[in-house]
Amino acid sequence: MVHVEGETPVPLLHARGLSYARNDESIFGPLDFMLHRGEVVLIEGDNGSGKTTLLKVLSGLLEPATGNILLDGEELTLARLSHQVALMGHLPGLKSDLSAIENLDFTIGVFGLRPGITPALALASVGLEGYEDVAIRQLSAGQKKRVALARLLLVPAALWLLDEPYANLDKEGIDLVNRLLDAHARRGGAALITSHGAYAFTTGAPRRLPLRSVA
Amino acid sequence: MRYGTTASACAALIRRDLVLTWRRRGDALNPAMFAMIVVVMFPLALGPEPNQLARIAAGILLVAILLAGMLALDNLFRSDHEDGTLEQLVLSPHPLSLLLASRIIVHWLTTALPLIVVAPLLAEMLHLPRSVLPVLLVALALATPLLSLLGAVCVALTVGMRRSGMLLALLVLPLYVPVLIFAAGACNAAQAGLPFLAPLLWLGAALALALVLAPMACAAALRISIT
Repeated sequence: MVHVEGETPVPLLHARGLSYARNDESIFGPLDFMLHRGEVVLIEGDNGSGKTTLLKVLSGLLEPATGNILLDGEELTLARLSHQVALMGHLPGLKSDLSAIENLDFTIGVFGLRPGITPALALASVGLEGYEDVAIRQLSAGQKKRVALARLLLVPAALWLLDEPYANLDKEGIDLVNRLLDAHARRGGAALITSHGAYAFTTGAPRRLPLRSVA
Repeated sequence: MRYGTTASACAALIRRDLVLTWRRRGDALNPAMFAMIVVVMFPLALGPEPNQLARIAAGILLVAILLAGMLALDNLFRSDHEDGTLEQLVLSPHPLSLLLASRIIVHWLTTALPLIVVAPLLAEMLHLPRSVLPVLLVALALATPLLSLLGAVCVALTVGMRRSGMLLALLVLPLYVPVLIFAAGACNAAQAGLPFLAPLLWLGAALALALVLAPMACAAALRISIT
């Protein structure tokens, strides 16, 4: 965890009274929680409890019904989205006609690049060395997921919002996600993840954020 | 830490769309093929009388090109929506309207420009007087970007729906009517030997307005429809 001497650290993410409603029907909340740098938190909840919606609200894709989101102490709104947030949703967000490298180059153009890494390095660290020029169309669902993970490594975002990062991955891939999360937390990043299965993190059980169905 | 600038984001988007179009270059010719087939149908239905065809040539051409452009519209955001890229674009900290403007410009380049290129051939097939051709081309150069911009707003509104083809047509076509009236008005005036500048200037003014406003409306509509 990154501490500033003599000060209480400002949480990377601070949700205050956050709730979301669709057509006046409450989906989740109100929720209050903090996420500090160096933390990985697992959002727990049944199907339909609003885990995906929560991540979309936190990313700024959806506007909360009540409450607000502070990112490093500054309010996050639709009009002021941040480079600090990266969302990995159910859809991989990859163009199937482009190669893995071309997709990653596009991501860098839009979101920027973390120092000390290149698209080829990122692909190698998710176990896709040699697949640089293969069209996404020809990759399996698990390999597409790995390309989406490589994208997370490239973008200069401190907060990762991962929706079902373990889906479609083999055992080795699950270990990979855990290793990436650990490394990200050690670098001073933080992550919120949703998952149905209980997965052991290498550094022990993660903090859990329970999400109950409102209905 | 290097963050992406808005210019680099637009450049990346334009480069990506051009590469994608090139990978599927067969598809890029479809609107032009469609317009050609529609134009061929008129002499088959009306008879090959040159004078009769020449009188309605400009109108047929404009309607055929307008319909071809409308059929190509649906793909403007659909594939990006289906594979999740649109979500990533909306989340990027850059002004969404500028990103969408880049997307619309490339879409115009890859769907409408081929139509303008084949327009002289189509005009010849319908015996359009050669003196009217330059006016038709200027009208098309002003009208097609306007159609793309207006269409993009409607596509943004319907992108979240499945099978929105017919609904899109019902939304878009009324908006296309004024554009058609001014473009056809210029061609008909030129054909009758009357001054034709005013309708072209109106098209230009509308295009300038749409260039500024349509990407913003498009961004707002897209945010509504992806939620």
